[in-house]
Amino acid sequence: MMAEDGIRLTEEQKKRRRARNIAIGLAIGALVILFYLVTIVKLGPGVVNRPL
Amino acid sequence: MSLADAQGQMIDETAWSGGHGGVSDYFALLKPRVMSLVIFTALVGIVLAPGGIHPVLAATALLCIAIGAGASGALNMWYDADIDSVMSRTRNRPIPAGRVTGSEALAFGLTLSGFSVFVLGLLVNWFAAALLAFTIFFYVVIYTMWLKRSTPQNIVIGGAAGAFPPVVGWAAVTGSVSLESLVLFLIIFMWTPPHFWALALFKSGDYQAANVPMMPVVAGENSTRNQIFVYSLALAPVGVLPWLMGFAGFAYGAVSVALGVAFIIFAYRVWTTREGDAARRASIRLFSFSILYLFLLFAVLLGEHLVTAFVSGLA
Repeated sequence: MMAEDGIRLTEEQKKRRRARNIAIGLAIGALVILFYLVTIVKLGPGVVNRPL
Repeated sequence: MSLADAQGQMIDETAWSGGHGGVSDYFALLKPRVMSLVIFTALVGIVLAPGGIHPVLAATALLCIAIGAGASGALNMWYDADIDSVMSRTRNRPIPAGRVTGSEALAFGLTLSGFSVFVLGLLVNWFAAALLAFTIFFYVVIYTMWLKRSTPQNIVIGGAAGAFPPVVGWAAVTGSVSLESLVLFLIIFMWTPPHFWALALFKSGDYQAANVPMMPVVAGENSTRNQIFVYSLALAPVGVLPWLMGFAGFAYGAVSVALGVAFIIFAYRVWTTREGDAARRASIRLFSFSILYLFLLFAVLLGEHLVTAFVSGLA
């Protein structure tokens, strides 16, 4: 086990990485909401109107 | 995995320079001030386009255009990091300041470019998406990589990239390009040279140090002043075109004539004041006024259209 290998991030880098991850998470969440809204706008009630 | 250099020796891992960028650094890579003008002009394109669009789709188009413009900014900063580190105006940008590495900016810019074009195509229409993709390509490859370092006409031709957003906004609504949207394009296109050359006049030392062939560096300050004046004479009537062509009303006509005359006066002062601190002040004033000019033209165009729509809705 080479636990010492690799890039070791400083506490500051870890803090920034966490902030970036949160921002990416929020962006993905916003995309999900956007696709949901546009689906409703484009299809409206027709969203469930398809052959089963 | 350990990092090893070409000689196979271990690299001090603390030497890795990545991972320092905070969220605000990545936001700065998007050039938020340029982005705000892009959002505004694209919004005017969307609102003026005939036919209308659902507000959610309009907001989606605007978001995609904004992110696409931001992505171009990030790719521009990735490619121009060497120039930016020399110029006082750009020295504190995230890459030259060492907060974000070049490859991080490249990955960020490419990802956002892809996402903005793809989402615009999928949710709004593919014609607008293709125009957005072309705009990003034009700004990054044609302007940043090619023209900027090779010709004093760099910002004349490169200005097309900044002029595209209202055309993309218009295309998001109609799925096509029209004469009206091309007039909006032309206004920004003709505005760009006097705007940037006024900046270059009082920052020419910076551009010279960075070996960027801006007009004052290559052709001299007097030749630049002549060209600023000629472009201003051409810009003023182009600014009035929306009224002359009938897709803007009298209020816009009056404002655009007044602003055009003011622009010519500011440019005339730059043209005639060629020595010392007064010359520098004249170019700073033209630069500042040029921003106000473009903002007001589009604001009046937008405001007048909204008021007219509101009044006709009441009637």
